[in-house]
Amino acid sequence: MSKYVIIGASAAGIGAVEAIRETDSSGTISVISEETCPQYSRPMISDLVSGKANFEKIKFRKDQFWESNGVQILTGRTAVSLNLTDKSVALDKGDIISYERLLIATGGKPFVPKIKGADRAGVFTFTSISDAEKVKQKLETAKAAVVIGAGLIGISVTEALVKQGVKVTLVELQDKILSLLLDLKGSEIIENVIKKSGVTIITGQSVQRIIGKQEDDKIVGGVMLTKGDQIPCDLVILAIGVTPRTDIVSKTDVKTNQGIIVDNFMQTNVPDVYAGGDVAETYDFVLNQNRLLPLWPLAVLGGRTAGFNMAGKKTSYTGGTNMSALKYFGIPIISCGITNPKEIGDLEILTMEDNAKNIYKKIVLRNNTIVGITLLNDVERAGILFQLMKKRANVKKIKHELLRETFGFATLPLSMRKKVYRGE
Amino acid sequence: MGCGLCEIYCTVQHSETKNIIKAYNKEIPKPISRVRLEVNKPVSFAMQCRHCEDAYCVTACLSGAMTKDDKTGLVMHDPEKCIGCWTCVMVCPYGAIKMDINRKVVAKCDLCSELEVPACVANCPNGAIEIKEVKR
Repeated sequence: MSKYVIIGASAAGIGAVEAIRETDSSGTISVISEETCPQYSRPMISDLVSGKANFEKIKFRKDQFWESNGVQILTGRTAVSLNLTDKSVALDKGDIISYERLLIATGGKPFVPKIKGADRAGVFTFTSISDAEKVKQKLETAKAAVVIGAGLIGISVTEALVKQGVKVTLVELQDKILSLLLDLKGSEIIENVIKKSGVTIITGQSVQRIIGKQEDDKIVGGVMLTKGDQIPCDLVILAIGVTPRTDIVSKTDVKTNQGIIVDNFMQTNVPDVYAGGDVAETYDFVLNQNRLLPLWPLAVLGGRTAGFNMAGKKTSYTGGTNMSALKYFGIPIISCGITNPKEIGDLEILTMEDNAKNIYKKIVLRNNTIVGITLLNDVERAGILFQLMKKRANVKKIKHELLRETFGFATLPLSMRKKVYRGE
Repeated sequence: MGCGLCEIYCTVQHSETKNIIKAYNKEIPKPISRVRLEVNKPVSFAMQCRHCEDAYCVTACLSGAMTKDDKTGLVMHDPEKCIGCWTCVMVCPYGAIKMDINRKVVAKCDLCSELEVPACVANCPNGAIEIKEVKR
């Protein structure tokens, strides 16, 4: 019996433990962790492959994190089923833990498309430390790689492989790379930079088959693209995205859509059962609806919010949106909200370009409020724009200032500062 | 006035040598100021980390480099753990986190932990920067 049981020990699980302990210093907490290693930052596993970081550096919390928070940590264990009536969780070895409050923070699993030959040795996903270690080991002999998917994960692993001297071909089904974050112009800028580092980028195509080596068919020897071209390689990385790991609630009353449905307090439709992180659909303050947003900072925030509520401190999820900061290939990029609208409709778009400095900035407005931010190479004041967007500030008076190099906190009129920063 | 002395003293305080000439002319990589002079005439002021109560940068940090000190309440940054992902820059409502491009990490105000009074406060010729503890 534990007062709080948390399934999953990554971003959301950690956020929840911290929030619970800020509110309730003594209630018993049990955390179920499939992985056995200390907690690490998943977005940083590419730095492990590139050689920029060792495991010590990518540890997300101090070694004694669980102990110092008085958590019973069950490592190498899997939660297999829930009994919502008895309020208990069954574990892999048949043992059962009862809870008063439960958090489901099982995260996401890499999406593996049905590609012929994907079972060949040398095909990897890239979301866990074990993935990173396998890739790193493969690099002892590998010379060429194909990365499928040019989103956050795909770009991060591409950079890491380049740093390790591997010839990379990046294959993206959409017509441009980072298609969820950038418009065509922004995407072209980063594409050109990546190409300069020797990467071949193929857009508008996918891989239809992974081919075996001539001498050993069980090992990856190359890929065949949808249009029939063949690219020889020693490893393939599937970086298409993640899907929520909802299996544990599949036969229960907990409602799901693509992910687990939660309210503003991260509670599911079942009392005392909460969900957070990549497994849950959380509030997007730009779209004004809940949806999957599998991003590390939002997983911590969601877990943290759940933790406060589980411990009895009523706390609303302040929400996120599609928001990412990127550091890859030496170009800082920040992208938040609606950055590449399909239709202009009632939207207003402001842009600024400085080709010599590779600077590109774009703001998308609706009724004089910011709904999208894209910044390439001049990102330092992004947070102020983000705050204006989050608070839905009317920026009519300072519209012409938003993309200037001089934009800053002092740009905001006093009345706006008072309104937007109230309570901060 | 917008004299910018806060930035200069902050830079020196966060340099290796703590010597103004060496800090500005010799040190590589260059030390950077953690305070920023914000100017929109006739208004000018110094902007540094507000050490927010529930700080967005701490929640958002991908590496665990940004932490809230339980005892002092300060938002502290460990450059050894920072990977320069710029996520904190994205969420800081004040735009108060600086990017140290040379070191590929962020840099922020630590309220000059080694000093009794932060360098920007001690050296503002106009008494325009004060340090006060505010309890909510």
